[in-house]
Amino acid sequence: MTTAAATTGARTAKTKPATMAQALGRALRDSMAEDPAVHVLGEDVGTLGGVFRITDGLAKEFGDDRCTDTPLAEAGILGAAVGMAMYGLRPVVEMQFDAFAYPAFEQLISHVAKMRNRTGGAMPLPITVRVPYGGGIGGVEHHSDSSEAYYMATPGLHVVTPATVDDAYGLLRASIASDDPVVFLEPKRLYWSKADWSPDAPADVEPIGRAVVRRPGRSATLITYGPSLPVCLEAAEAAVAEGWDLEVVDLRSLVPFDDETVAASVRRTGRAVVVHESTGFGGPGGEIAARITERCFHHLEAPVLRVAGFDIPYPPPMLERHHLPGVDRVLDAVARLQWEAEG
Amino acid sequence: MTVQELPGAAAYRPTPPPAWKPLTDPAPLLPDPEPYRVLGTDAAADADPELLLRLYAELVRGRRYNAQATALTKQGRLAVYPSSTGQEACEIAAALVLEERDWLFPSYRDTLAAVARGLDPVEALTLLRGDRHTGYDPREHRIAPLCTPLATQLPHAVGLAHAARLKGDDVVALAMVGDGGTSEGDFHEALNFAAVWRAPVVFLVQNNGFAISVPLAKQTAAPSLAHKAVGYGMPGRLVDGNDAVAVHQVLGEAVARARRGEGPTLVEAVTYRMDAHTNADDATRYRVDSEVETWRAHDPVKLLERELTGRGLLGEDGIEEAREAAERMAAALRERMNADPVLDPMDLFSHVYTEQTGQLREQAARLRAELEAERDRHDDHGAEAGR
Ligand SMILES: Cc1ncc(C[n+]2csc(CCOP(=O)(O)OP(=O)(O)O)c2C)c(N)n1
Repeated sequence: MTTAAATTGARTAKTKPATMAQALGRALRDSMAEDPAVHVLGEDVGTLGGVFRITDGLAKEFGDDRCTDTPLAEAGILGAAVGMAMYGLRPVVEMQFDAFAYPAFEQLISHVAKMRNRTGGAMPLPITVRVPYGGGIGGVEHHSDSSEAYYMATPGLHVVTPATVDDAYGLLRASIASDDPVVFLEPKRLYWSKADWSPDAPADVEPIGRAVVRRPGRSATLITYGPSLPVCLEAAEAAVAEGWDLEVVDLRSLVPFDDETVAASVRRTGRAVVVHESTGFGGPGGEIAARITERCFHHLEAPVLRVAGFDIPYPPPMLERHHLPGVDRVLDAVARLQWEAEG
Repeated sequence: MTVQELPGAAAYRPTPPPAWKPLTDPAPLLPDPEPYRVLGTDAAADADPELLLRLYAELVRGRRYNAQATALTKQGRLAVYPSSTGQEACEIAAALVLEERDWLFPSYRDTLAAVARGLDPVEALTLLRGDRHTGYDPREHRIAPLCTPLATQLPHAVGLAHAARLKGDDVVALAMVGDGGTSEGDFHEALNFAAVWRAPVVFLVQNNGFAISVPLAKQTAAPSLAHKAVGYGMPGRLVDGNDAVAVHQVLGEAVARARRGEGPTLVEAVTYRMDAHTNADDATRYRVDSEVETWRAHDPVKLLERELTGRGLLGEDGIEEAREAAERMAAALRERMNADPVLDPMDLFSHVYTEQTGQLREQAARLRAELEAERDRHDDHGAEAGR
């Protein structure tokens, strides 16, 4: 299957509310139905349908060989996926939680990300690695990491993260169809977010790598993705009372990065805040701020600010609300955009 | 081409560590085909009655602890609880077989082993309540933090035991892992290190039949998990994990062996998880009730109770007494868990580094200002309501 095939079947009728989890499941199902090379593998993905039930029903519909409960070994799962892809399959791997993907890093960094390059293009690896990520669900230690910066720092990987039900479907379809490996980050606290979206008439399949303006505005741009999108939209509404008309850009893809959409927005507004819940230091926001500065320096009325999680290991759930950037922290940053040179 | 035909292969022998006699015969390493049992056999007569009664009291308490902790999840007092009901014999034996100076490396399901080793029941639950990642000082209790990433604690146990031996300390580490966890690379690396270093470690695999929904048959094709020991050069032992006396004996021998400097042992305890994976799991999706019922007939508490009553060591009074002690423990736990933990959000920054970085000090100041603003808003609100 080619990328083109996946991106054409655009059907946009939307009827009843569906959750992001359902849309992801539907994207897997449709991809498997269209292309027999698509295989799903991971821990508990078969009989149980995954701990988040994303793969529910796939083993029943396509059989254990297409949706496989593997032994409990992330390096083994991803390593096996490498071999499967070498032989022409399109494996979709489920990592059960963000912090449990770490045992697979060796395979991801040393092989998945590099295979195309080290074989001079002879051996691309069309693998999708689905990783539920981020906090806000009251998970105990090792269940709330935001690991996107590690993935972004590894050339050869696409890093994609949907924030809406539509995108969950479209971007996962596009990721599976991609001939490059994709780390598909699923914001687990949005799994149960709903939208008018019909599993019977799936939405557009967007190509990977395009950001989108979720809310147009004139006075500053909030740049965000995944779990922080709803926070930014809420902050934008709240900021109206303060006289701020905020534009909100949803990146959707961290690699490739859509410089055009981001730069166009910041040139319009002259001010930017990057919002995400992973740590600020060494986090995605630093890269994004640098890119904006490089491209929009003369348009900027204030430094690009970052609102991020604190630079601490993810805290226990009873304290996570103090760690996660919420509406108030975003508004506080927006207020600081009234930058004056001496400040 | 066979290995022997490779040039030089016949002469090849791994370089032995000092004083290490390479094992040429794997037979002594192999587990018996049937899990070792004591209860209900003649061997039970040799068991120390005091130990039997101690094990019984702990099993009853453990069973009650699991029930209470699960009830606390329903009341929202615990975020999540992975019950070890059905596995109490393994949990308790693991705790009781160790000397005070020894170390326990539990997995996330092994709260009960930690409590049976003497850890405060509330401190043992902080991870699952969500107020602290580890509510106790591991060094003080010689219990490593309850470990969520599977099998990652096993190499730590090896390293600690190795270090203790290098220092000349007479310390054994007992590391616990589930059947699913034996598939992780860390498990294999830990076993290999332990065997090569002849580290004083005991690995206890609680084979409870499932890794969440995945049954053992999809986890391994080995004749048993205990068989995995042989390839690393350590003995594998298979024991009935619901027979507290048998588990205690087998672990006791393995610990003694480690203490004598004879190296690690892999013990597989065959048991069953009676409850779902956690309170949040729906076990009906992957297993049938009849299987659970079969195992109910092999309940670890009942097995020991039957032995004790049959031999006249325990009567109605004794059973009642154990039950009452367990009730008192549960009531105390309930009461203490019903109080909200007092948390200081500023603690977020307290233990990231020995000394806070400037960056963290800045972030701490920002949070303090936020908290003060929040408190002011709250006070204003309160004052307004009071007017
Ligand atoms: C490295 C890693 N991968 C995945 C998980 C998610 N997970 C938590 S418990 C569990 C099953 C563990 O099964 P087993 O090792 O048999 O222990 P049991 O739950 O039966 O005690 C899984 C897959 C994890 N905690 N760590």
